[in-house]
Amino acid sequence: MSALLQVRDVSKSFGAVAAVQGVSFALESGEAHALVGENGAGKSTIVKMLAGVHRPDTGTLLVDGEEVTFTGPADAKAAGIAVIYQEPTLFPDLSVAENIAMGNQPLTRLRQIDRRTMNANATRLFARLGVQIDPTRPARGLSIADQQLVEIAKALSSQARVLIMDEPTAALSGVEVDRLFAVTRALRDEGAAIMFISHRFEEITALCQRVTIMRDGKHVCTEPVSELSVDDMIRRMVGRDLSALYPKQDATIGENVLRVEGLSRAGVFRDISFEVRAGEIVALAGLVGAGRSEVMQAVFGVDKYDSGTVTFLGKKLKGGNPRASMAAGMGLVPEDRRQQGLVMELSIERNVTLPRSRALAKLGLLFGGSERREAAEWTKQLQTKFGRLSDPVGTLSGGNQQKVVLAKWLATGPKLLIVDEPTRGIDVGTKAEVHRLLSSLAARGLAVVMVSSELPEVLGMADRIVVLREGHIAAQLTREEATEESVMYAAMGAA
Amino acid sequence: MAAVATHSPAKKVFSGLVKTRELGIIVALAALIIYTTASQPRFLSAQSIRDILLNTSILAVMAAGQAVVVITRNIDLSVGSVLGISAFTVASMMSDNPGLPMIVALLVGLAVGAIAGLLNGVLVRYGRVPALVVTLGTMYIFRGLIYSWAGGDQVNADELPGHFLQFANDSILGIPWLVLIALVVVGGVSLMMRNYRVGRELYAMGSSPGAAELAGIKVARNMLAAFIISGALAGLAGVLFASRFGTIDASAGNGYELNVVAAVVVGGVAVSGGSGTVWGAGLGALLLTVIGSALTVLDINQFWQQAIVGALIVLAICADRIVAVRIARSLRKRDSHV
Amino acid sequence: MSDATANPRSLKDGLGRLATWDGIIILLTVVVIVAASLGVSNFGTSRNFTFLILDLMPIVLVALPMTLIIVTGEIDLSVASILGLASSLMGWFWNNGLSIEMIIPLVIVIGAVLGAINGFLVNALGLPSLAVTIGTLALYRGLAFVVLGDGAVADFPFDYTGWVTGTIGGGSVPNVLIPIVALAIVFGIVLHATPFGRSLYAIGANDQAAHFAGIRVARTKFWLYVASGAVSALVGILWTLRYSSARADNGSGLELAVVAAVLLGGVSIFGGKGNLPGVLAGVVLLAALQNALRLQDVSGQALNIVTGTLLVLSVLLPNVVSSIRTSRQRRKVRQAAAS
Repeated sequence: MSALLQVRDVSKSFGAVAAVQGVSFALESGEAHALVGENGAGKSTIVKMLAGVHRPDTGTLLVDGEEVTFTGPADAKAAGIAVIYQEPTLFPDLSVAENIAMGNQPLTRLRQIDRRTMNANATRLFARLGVQIDPTRPARGLSIADQQLVEIAKALSSQARVLIMDEPTAALSGVEVDRLFAVTRALRDEGAAIMFISHRFEEITALCQRVTIMRDGKHVCTEPVSELSVDDMIRRMVGRDLSALYPKQDATIGENVLRVEGLSRAGVFRDISFEVRAGEIVALAGLVGAGRSEVMQAVFGVDKYDSGTVTFLGKKLKGGNPRASMAAGMGLVPEDRRQQGLVMELSIERNVTLPRSRALAKLGLLFGGSERREAAEWTKQLQTKFGRLSDPVGTLSGGNQQKVVLAKWLATGPKLLIVDEPTRGIDVGTKAEVHRLLSSLAARGLAVVMVSSELPEVLGMADRIVVLREGHIAAQLTREEATEESVMYAAMGAA
Repeated sequence: MAAVATHSPAKKVFSGLVKTRELGIIVALAALIIYTTASQPRFLSAQSIRDILLNTSILAVMAAGQAVVVITRNIDLSVGSVLGISAFTVASMMSDNPGLPMIVALLVGLAVGAIAGLLNGVLVRYGRVPALVVTLGTMYIFRGLIYSWAGGDQVNADELPGHFLQFANDSILGIPWLVLIALVVVGGVSLMMRNYRVGRELYAMGSSPGAAELAGIKVARNMLAAFIISGALAGLAGVLFASRFGTIDASAGNGYELNVVAAVVVGGVAVSGGSGTVWGAGLGALLLTVIGSALTVLDINQFWQQAIVGALIVLAICADRIVAVRIARSLRKRDSHV
Repeated sequence: MSDATANPRSLKDGLGRLATWDGIIILLTVVVIVAASLGVSNFGTSRNFTFLILDLMPIVLVALPMTLIIVTGEIDLSVASILGLASSLMGWFWNNGLSIEMIIPLVIVIGAVLGAINGFLVNALGLPSLAVTIGTLALYRGLAFVVLGDGAVADFPFDYTGWVTGTIGGGSVPNVLIPIVALAIVFGIVLHATPFGRSLYAIGANDQAAHFAGIRVARTKFWLYVASGAVSALVGILWTLRYSSARADNGSGLELAVVAAVLLGGVSIFGGKGNLPGVLAGVVLLAALQNALRLQDVSGQALNIVTGTLLVLSVLLPNVVSSIRTSRQRRKVRQAAAS
């Protein structure tokens, strides 16, 4: 008996980066199969190959034991594979029902779209998911959770035999997750194969029978979930003991650097107050969508806020002015490296010196030499690996890109560094380097605010932890008080 | 928070917008017509209405094609030159072979335009060259081709067969052929965009190109189709142009692309793709033509017309923007019970 | 210098640089000029050189701010209409008895205001620049006709008209080369050697990342439109003086030639890429080709084929080359894996 879907010795590289190397596993009919691994382990690349977005460089995919070649997403869809991506992929101008039905709209006898049936189908799917979304409203303006639910309805409507879900629960509430799982179990019991990607181990144990673990693009193991403890899984994902990853140095906590009081923005966060002192690493923890990045972007000034104050080094900052924050000595390493942190097409040196170009200019004129010297110095300090400083920064690996972002802000000589998910999507070795760097910077008196979704990172690095839930502060914990349970408890609310 | 309420307020705002966008043009049209007629009753004479409709029809046919392309988040600036090529080809053909029936002329015009559109589509899709650049380039190339072919020559009305020229004046059931063709084109393309899969896919492509690829939509085929439709309709407009004006030289349709894009934008099709309707673009064409006629009738300096067209374009995109912001706000308010 | 040539790596870099699109355009420009000088009679004459410079003057001047705007990922299609409106206003002011010394600065300021209107609509209201400037293209040209109708004003003082058509010291170098060179240097420095210029590339490649780096995206782009309006008005003045004729339709269609020249010079329509030397080469290439073909009695309108083809090729060829390169790389990886 052959598996519903088989991945056999598949590899894929992008330029010099080998994203997936020789991975094999199989999805059986009637099983929910977890795929876990750290960010950057190659899970998303696997998903995209199964979805027909990328073609494997080598290796084969088999559906029902037959070798298949997907030349595009349409082929994967035709083979009965439906994918729910991490990022919703809706058409904002079209109605919710149209989004769900796109590609297989019900037709009337004249091959026109049967809108009434289409809307009724959507209503039925939503009823099955236990949510109420008006099928005729446009997708534009849906909350992230609603968008995710529409994606799920879309996958259900295509009657797929293989359902791939890439972190579908990140933005959902507890009730919605339960409902999603009930639907997923029903599908599984009808004979579909589910592939489930998540960072929440309790969900994996609740839903899945088997788990495949990946690390650095390679297959580590595929085992029944019941035979692995959470610790086993983490150890195999990370490949080393956790403590070495978080080389926290002791720092003397100094003067107050940042004081945020009563910061609010309608519909995003409200009444946020906390302080950061020199030498201190303060972590902002919470679930995705809790408003952590939004708070720090408002503090730095790239976003606006409605009320409250931000006092930095004793001076009140006017909101919405990143340039003033920079000049005062604040730096922000943003969450989304590709969209916010770097200009991918520009060279390494231009990226490093972008916030500093005014300071480097002489009589208003910039000469290549001064930029190059500065970039060379900082990339060396951070042990960045690259070919030439004039190479586009997009050619670097994720870890080295992150070092360039850090170099860019350290070059400005900040008093406060905000780092948002500083180790997302970078390899384990560089991760430890980044942690060591943040730790030593704090030891030298820099104030650090770290937004992170990775609990071990939060617990390993922070002196103090501010936990956000649904836009407000749920708890403030000291390093001593904080445990995995206490942080999660605060982040999820009374579960 | 998940949405639990049935979002009737947001829905109302949205469907309200759809109504107001085209309704806005209709109201503007009505106001303009009433005002002009009040001061110059001959504005609503049969002859005047007939002229307006005939003039609208050529523009509306092209606007329908342009709307399809713009909805996919592209643009076709070559339509004026395509009109020229088609008009000159068909006029030359008819003067050489006066016996050919009208339907052949129409088909040849469509075919010439479709080939030009296919070229645009291939360059945009397979050459990965932005539509703005491609159609700017082919606008030059097609115009250059007509000039190197026609040189200073022109085809005069007396060289064209009578039935070809008569076509622009003939009516069926009291409706001039040109107007009937425009109605069929605008109606047919509207129907395709609204009620058929391919139409909705074209909207989807303009609304989110990345998601369209992921959804398995045949993006390449659809994009070629959009450019072929735009080209073919510009080609058809070329035949109508030749039949109506009779005298064709190498500059036929020069600068028409501006009016066509103006009609589409004024008609409520967003240049950022994914929204607007084909019949809205048709109304846009009608409004622009009525403005032109009203200026003549009211004896206002003709030179104001272009300035008004420009101001209308700017006004239309400002209005669309304001409405979009307002909708976003009302939708956010609904979600913001955090 | 000797160090650089001795080092094979930097030599390769140098060659790699030449193999980029603007390198090819510069090379092509030189080839066209040399070939035309040898093969086309009258091309190499000093009289023809004067005409060549006068002919490319409007395109090259308007292309300077246009390059900066396209580098930020926007576009300004209203430039030729601002030129026409400037010309109309010049005629109208002159008819109303203003002195030419008053008119010139006044018209340039009005041009800057017209540009500022574009800048406001695009950056303060966040409207798409393509649609906005198609709108103002019609609006400004329409206003030009409203101001002057279809007549012409021709009686400008010879001191000025003579200067524009004249040459330096009566030689073969036209006077207008002075403003061309001066403005090219100014725009070149601004784009390539100032923090402002650096920010333009960042905005064009990724405006969000630029915002996160403290760059004032909207304000920066606003000033580019002001500059574009002012320069277009200046060109309107020079155009009027060159032909001694203020007309509402002056420069009609020039925007397309300018955009074509800028893209031909290797500036990406998506923003973030391109440089001014490439653009200058693009302008010279277009002008030299047209000039040479015209001397060969090819009709001006038929030259459109050349312009259009070059424009499409300038974007198409690099794409084709890069996709051939990636597919070759893929094949190599597959072969390596297979063996």
